[in-house]
Amino acid sequence: MAQNLSAFLMLFGALWMFIAALGVARMPDLFTRMHSSTKSATLGVGLIMLGAAFHFGEFGMTMRATAIIVFLFLTAPVASHMLGRAAYFAGVPLWEGTLSDALRGHYDRRTHRLISDEKIEEQLSEGENG
Amino acid sequence: MIVGLTIAFLIAAVLLCLYRVARGPSLPDRVVGLDLLSSVTVGFIAVYAVVSDEIIYIDVAMVLALVAFLGTVAFAYFIEKGGMPWRKT
Repeated sequence: MAQNLSAFLMLFGALWMFIAALGVARMPDLFTRMHSSTKSATLGVGLIMLGAAFHFGEFGMTMRATAIIVFLFLTAPVASHMLGRAAYFAGVPLWEGTLSDALRGHYDRRTHRLISDEKIEEQLSEGENG
Repeated sequence: MIVGLTIAFLIAAVLLCLYRVARGPSLPDRVVGLDLLSSVTVGFIAVYAVVSDEIIYIDVAMVLALVAFLGTVAFAYFIEKGGMPWRKT
């Protein structure tokens, strides 16, 4: 029973990873590719680790699998956020079908700090007055 | 049979990642491909540990997951600073 469960968990994990890689290969621009890769790859590794834990059924193996899953769920968003932020600063082009870019004009290109809407309006009105 | 199908899916995922690494128009695209490649490799090592019935390989997967995170963060830092970050020009 545990063997069947483990086999199907690992198969589904590999399927999710294949879907992630398919998205990375087929999506039109960097940010849609990152959206595809980060989430489903994390789910895939989590399922495979769960399957391995069911297969061995030992305490040490379960702890290792839990450690890997927790670590992945902590670090994948951080790494992906850093990469997306860096790519946005580097000026990677968006897909031509993109409808809205909520960050446009909100980043100071020199200091890399985020500016709010009110600050931009203040600066514009100051520029008009002065 | 199921093991063969699992490994086939993972190999296809590796090939698609390599396609993106080779093709990617910009450096961040290649880094995304490498990041996913390391995740797929972690899964591959776990599958191999189950196939060969050796728990010790899971430790390798753990270390690889740690190092892959550091590699991606280093690449992101490198891209964000632009050029050589340690040169103050």
